[in-house]
Amino acid sequence: MKFFFALILFTGLSTYCSPVAVFISEKAGPIGKDTSLYISPFREKNERCFKCHGQGRYEYTNENLGRQVKSLMFPQGIIDRNKFYIANHKSFSCTDCHSEDYTKFPHPGQLRMGMSNNCLDCHGGDEKFAKFKFEEIDSDYRKSVHFKLEDEGFTCWSCHNPHEYKISIRDSKNLKETILYDNNICLDCHSNYNRFQLLSDKGEVNIMKKHDWLPDQAAHFKSVRCIECHSAINDSVLVSHQIMPKENAVRKCNECHSKNSLLMSSLYKFQYQGKSKAGFLNGIILNQSYVIGANRNEYLEWISFVIFTIVLIVIGIHVFLRMRK
Amino acid sequence: MSKKIYLYPGWIRIWHILNTLMFIILIVTGISMQYTGRKDHLLMVGFVRAVRWHNIAAIILIINYIIFVAGNIITKNGKYYRLKKQNFWSDLWIQMRYYTSGMFKKEKPPFPVTEVRKFNPLQKFIYVLAMYVALPLLIISGIGLLLPDITINKLFGVSGLVLTDFLHIAMAFLLSVFFIVHIYTCTLGSKPLSLFGEIISGYHEAEEEE
Repeated sequence: MKFFFALILFTGLSTYCSPVAVFISEKAGPIGKDTSLYISPFREKNERCFKCHGQGRYEYTNENLGRQVKSLMFPQGIIDRNKFYIANHKSFSCTDCHSEDYTKFPHPGQLRMGMSNNCLDCHGGDEKFAKFKFEEIDSDYRKSVHFKLEDEGFTCWSCHNPHEYKISIRDSKNLKETILYDNNICLDCHSNYNRFQLLSDKGEVNIMKKHDWLPDQAAHFKSVRCIECHSAINDSVLVSHQIMPKENAVRKCNECHSKNSLLMSSLYKFQYQGKSKAGFLNGIILNQSYVIGANRNEYLEWISFVIFTIVLIVIGIHVFLRMRK
Repeated sequence: MSKKIYLYPGWIRIWHILNTLMFIILIVTGISMQYTGRKDHLLMVGFVRAVRWHNIAAIILIINYIIFVAGNIITKNGKYYRLKKQNFWSDLWIQMRYYTSGMFKKEKPPFPVTEVRKFNPLQKFIYVLAMYVALPLLIISGIGLLLPDITINKLFGVSGLVLTDFLHIAMAFLLSVFFIVHIYTCTLGSKPLSLFGEIISGYHEAEEEE
């Protein structure tokens, strides 16, 4: 008996002694560290801009005063070089998107009034980008609640910072980091009331309180993206851009916790390559997480069904033999 | 002639009935969590309700189990669960032979219930496995699933949560089989329902040795 207790205690403790959570650290840095040691052909040219915009402080020669002036860069004007050179647009020259007139200093005032490009201005109608279906993303977006905010100033850049944005889900090696990165895009406005107020007159929303109903809230926030529940499923684009009104958000647990889990059409659709993995339904989820109800094992189900049937048959035979006179 | 033996004191009876109720709730809600589809099926408890009731029933079961273990340490009831090395396998075989053959020939039970022997050797062995091996593993793995933050991330390259769930479901399945067999073996008394009456009254009706 003592041996049994010791065995059980050892098994239990060895499995649960780790204080380290299954989830990633909140302090995860920028995802997908660039290992290609990419060197931009425009590095030197871009450095003319980064010289002032690459950090919070810049210097220039004031010819009227006849001396060097040190000044602080306004926060929106600061572009992090390190993030830029691992982002999707890392191969760009600053003047590919910004006017050549910005090379003059001081910058002409009217440049601020110009229209900025949106994604389709470069990516639309181009065979090279056809596989990413930007036109379909655009039509998805036009049905989204975000599109209604265009008059208030909502643009593609509201979510996809052109200087830093990096597509991550397509070839993600660490889904947890991707989830954190993608959720931070939403939280950038939805948990920052100053930014939120730029687009909406609504009162401040506490995301945690709004999701009070969600069981094991922290685990969900770390394991799925906001868009899993808040966007409409669209199988033909990489990431659904049709953000639904909050009334239409997924609230039923079994939408994900089931054999036909919704997650296979959203979070895991790029990694989904087969029906099962070692007998596990939706096995790809197991690489990164575990979802009760979605990760059943077909082999074990069959084995348990056979064992259970045998037990019932044996009981039936036993009853028959007892009743026989 | 038969005599009544007081085998099941009040605390054991309360523990047993509570354990039974929690087992039923845990089996129904556990199956519902595992098999609920995108659209709820008939006879399934909805996922949210299943999770809530599974957690509540599990906590009651754990408290009840602690009472059971403590009761077995404090009272005399614990001695009924002590396995003895002497004649261990031969006694198991004798009892197994009785269940598979002897009882159909109306033979007398080889290990009748007495004040010092509440369980026959096979019964005792199965109860020890169920109560001191399977149930603790079920509880430990259940706590691991209830509090995923304390569960180890990976073990031998496999997700800790997957292993924990595998252990939990395997133990739950074995105990569900035990539950079915236990209910059936309770019909093996002098009359099919007599043993059910005994766990309610506390008294066992034993045949007196001639």
